[in-house]
This record gives sequence, structure tokens and C-alpha cells, in this order.
Amino acid sequence: MQLIYEKSVPGRRAGTVPAYAGLAKPAVPAGLGRAAAPRLPEIAEPDLVRHITALANRNFGIDTGFYPLGSCTMKHNPRLNERAANLPGFANIHPAQSEESVQGALELMWRLQEILREVTGLDAVSLQPAAGSQGELTGLLVMRAYFADRGEDELRREIVIPDTAHGTNPASVVMAGYEVVGIKTDARGNVDVDDLRAKVGPRTAGLMITNPSTLGLFEENIHEIEQIMHGAGALMYYDGANLNAVCGVSRPGDMGFDVVHINLHKTFSQPHGGGGPGGGPIAVRGLLDPFLPKPQIVRDGEGAGAFYRLDRDRPKSIGKVRGWTGPFGVFVRSYAFIRRYGPGLREMSEAAVLNANYMLARLRDAYDVPYDRLCMHEFVISARTLKKEHGVTATDVAKRLMDFGYHPPTVYFPLVVPEALMIEPTESEAKETLDAFCDAMLEIAREAASDPAAAKAAPLTRPVRRLDEVLAAKRLVLRYAFADHPDLAAERAAASA
Amino acid sequence: MAAAESYPDGLLYHPEHDWALIEGDEAVLGITWFAQDALGEIVHYEAPDVGAAIGMGEAYGEVESVKAVSDLISPLSGVVLEVNEKATGEPETINEEPYGAGWLIRVRLTDPTEIARLLSPETYRAHVAAE
Repeated sequence: MQLIYEKSVPGRRAGTVPAYAGLAKPAVPAGLGRAAAPRLPEIAEPDLVRHITALANRNFGIDTGFYPLGSCTMKHNPRLNERAANLPGFANIHPAQSEESVQGALELMWRLQEILREVTGLDAVSLQPAAGSQGELTGLLVMRAYFADRGEDELRREIVIPDTAHGTNPASVVMAGYEVVGIKTDARGNVDVDDLRAKVGPRTAGLMITNPSTLGLFEENIHEIEQIMHGAGALMYYDGANLNAVCGVSRPGDMGFDVVHINLHKTFSQPHGGGGPGGGPIAVRGLLDPFLPKPQIVRDGEGAGAFYRLDRDRPKSIGKVRGWTGPFGVFVRSYAFIRRYGPGLREMSEAAVLNANYMLARLRDAYDVPYDRLCMHEFVISARTLKKEHGVTATDVAKRLMDFGYHPPTVYFPLVVPEALMIEPTESEAKETLDAFCDAMLEIAREAASDPAAAKAAPLTRPVRRLDEVLAAKRLVLRYAFADHPDLAAERAAASA
Repeated sequence: MAAAESYPDGLLYHPEHDWALIEGDEAVLGITWFAQDALGEIVHYEAPDVGAAIGMGEAYGEVESVKAVSDLISPLSGVVLEVNEKATGEPETINEEPYGAGWLIRVRLTDPTEIARLLSPETYRAHVAAE
């Protein structure tokens, strides 16, 4: 496929703007104006539309096929959500409008907060954070503000994190000004409680943990962990990336967690994976409520006389973490999704867990199962034996899956499992889809023995073949090579020589 | 080209897949064949500063492969005397010659009694076989 610059013809336009007459040229401060016009591609509208459509046709998303990307919860996004989000009363309002004129929008956000309180078993919610990672940072800053208020911020400098954690957890810890203390995983895939006990003390501010973990396993010692953490005066943070496993079944608040972030775009269906928008609200225990971002959405009165407003009078708040009140379209979609389930939300998690266990049962003889337990909504298998016996790695399996028409699962994560493949089917998929994917995985395992070269060469049927990941990591160059740019081909040849 | 699997005699090993070559009160440190194989092709080596103090069993730097970023665990305590510039400039050397040109740092040992706690080649080979 040609790049858009290669289709460019000098002077060609997709549309022309009338020449301005009688208007003074805008005054650009000296030194800030361009010396030459930007080199944009010049192309007619039909060719532009075809170019963009051709790119879109090469895209792979949940609407084109099965996308079992572990810990990312790529579930179906019901079209009803879009219909709700496009209602004029939601789509055509502005966050600067008076509270009186956007009561419906404020009520929706308030109701979503109430639902998230119930789902998490906690007391107060902030909808502001824009994604899980920002929810993590916000939650940690709220924890810091709490300890500062108690005069313990200087003392409590450490956050403990198990070695199965999402990479965002330690990153958020460092951004929040804390130090990371790593905790090992035990032989059953749980947090090593002895290691935890040895590392928690007066310097500990909190624990960040995902439950079920990224191994897809429910943390069996969560009660003991809670006693260790709270016994040391520390707080517990729940990474909600895997909340899809437990909605309506068990609640982080009941497990003892003090802060939870919820990935609305994962658990509660929002198109994602292409850079957003996401939604990462946090829910907290009452003792942390005063420190939540402001404004908070509150309700005065009840019934017909209820009035929804933004509460800015929160002197202990950590302040704003995002413009206005957060990603409103995401709230509408997630609210529509949740209300469609109604009180039966637990069916969502039950189906997700059942689907994952079904797939694990079908794949367990062909791949290594590092922790042999009932899994939750996702599971981790390993290509360790395939690699040892046939030289076929997790990457090769993932690339070969693309030839079968599937998005590869997460690979090489969590780091504690060599040659890991982390598979999350979600509740959306029919049994036929799960079976077809398992058939492909079994075929790839058989083929690894009979014809290992096929997997090593995969993908064979996609628009591009195996990409050079090493070169991409070492010499990342993303630009069109204009004639006056240095010759990258020569550079590349020199690099590989 | 990646090296063939080996765990040479003459080196001592740490269970986190690091080796040490003891030379008097100094040691040369690196990662084992098993470690570089598990990491895959290494694209970046973040070395410690010369003069930095490092502790046995603690992280002293990072290696980044196409799969992940991993801590380098020090098999012994010491002070960094020298960093292998070839490994920082051409990190693929660590894959190609993990026990030779792909060494990572040279240290002056601060607690030579730790040497007795490292694994012999035979013990480490058994450890790898069980991984």
C-alpha cells in the first residue's frame, strides 16, 4: 500500500477555501512564523477517502474478530450505548452550562457513582480520572494526602507491589513520589505472604494489587493480606483492571481495599485500544473521601425536588486531575451498559469466568499451565515446552494466530511466567468462537512439532509479515523520507552490518 | 547470532541467573545464557554509574528486550569499577557472548564472604534444569 505522501501530486486539493479579501493577515510574533509552508500531502478528496478507508479496512478490532487480549477486557461494545451517548440532551451540552440546564447529565453521573459504590463496596467515588493509569496516580495522591493530613507522609514512603502487577503500578508509585517494594509470588500463584510480612512496616504507605491477579487467579490469602496491611496502618489499593471477573460476586471493599480504580472502558464497555477515550473512576473508603478530586457531583434533596450540583467546597481535596468533570460520553455508555444488565450484572462476570475456564480446559494438554487452578476471567498458559522441544516461542504462536484471523493474546506477561500467553475471552463470545480459537491454538501446537518453520515465518497472510521488533526498539524512526532527508536505507544497512 | 547454551566452569552463579568471575578482590559480573535466552533480543542496557555501591541480590541496572524491561540482580556486593561500554553501545553483544564480550560490570568486592553463598556450575545447571 502506498503512503499518502507517495500519492501526493503538487497543487492537488481535497477542497479549496475562498481567498480572503479585506482581512488583514494575522500578526505572528517575530521568530514564530514558518519560513516555508508545511509539507502536507496534496491529494483529491476521492483519493483521500479511499486511502483512509483502505487503512481502516486493514485495522483489526473487536468488530472484526475475536480479540482475547489478556487483562485488557476487549468485550463487545453494545450499539445501544452509542444511541444513548448520541441523544441530543447528552451530546449537545457543554460543561460550562449552568447546573440548572444540565440536571440530566449530572444525575446520570451521580447515578453512575452510586452504582460504582455498590459494585466496589466503598463509600465515595470520583469520576474524574481519564483512564486506569490516571486512576492509579489519583488514588495514590489521595493516599498521600490522607497520610500528610495525619502527619505520617514523611514516615510512610513505600508501596508494596507483587511481581505479577501491571507495569503501570510501579510507574504510578514513582510518579506519586513513593518507592516501590517488590513482593514475590508463591507456588500457587498467590502473593507470598511471608515475603509480604517481612517487607511491611512503619515505612509502608500501602499495597497495590490486582485481584484476580494478572495470572487470572483469585488471591486466596486476601484476608490475611488485609490484616497485615491494616495492622501496619497502611492502605490497600485495588487495581480494577480485572474487575470483570468479580462484578456482583465479590466486592473489593469487602476484601478490605480502601481505594479502587474502575476501568469503565474495559469492564463497562467503551470502544478502546486505539488510544481512548477511557474512564478510570476511583472509589474510596469514607476516611479518604475528603481528599478526592474536586468538584464532586452531589445530590441535594430527594425525589422530584432533587437537585444535582458540583461541590467545590472541599478544602482537603487534592484538586482537579482532569478538565471539567471527566469523560462524559464514557459515563453515558457505561451507564447504559450497566443498566441493561440491571440487577443481573453478576451474570456478566459469571459468563466471563466460565468462558475462560472452558478455554483453559481445552488448551491444557497442548500448552504448559504454570499454576494449575480454576481460573477467573482470564488465564495464563505457556509455550515453554513448545520452545524447548521445537523452538516455537510465545511470539511465534501469537504471530501464527494472526494467520487464523485472531488478534494475538497478551504475551510475555506476567513476567513471572516464561513464554506466557495471557488469554481473556470476556463474556461476549459465543461457544463457537471460543471453540474455533481453541482449535487454532491446538493446530498451532501440532504444527510446531510437524513444521516448526511455519510458526517461525508467521504471519504469512497479513498485509505485513513479521516486523523487526529489535530494529524498531533500537532505531525508532517514524517519518516520511523526503528527498532532502538523509538516506535511511544506508543507515539501516550500516546498523545491521 | 545467539550463543549456544552453556554454563562454564570457572564462574560462580546466582539463582537470579547472574554469573561472577572472581579475580582477587574484584569480580566481573554478567547474566547467564539462560537469562539472555529468556529475555530475548536485548535492545538496551542501562548500566550503573562507576563508583556506585551495589548489594548482593539487589538491582544494579536494567536490560530491555523486545519483551520486557528486567532488573539486573547483583550476585555480590561491591563498588562499580568499570562498565562494559561495548555492552551499552551494542547490547546484542550480551546475547551473542554472555560470558565474554557481553560482560556487564567490574566491581571491587566489599564483602568477599558472600562468595561462599554463590552456586557452583553444577548446582546452577541443576537449578536451570528445574526452571
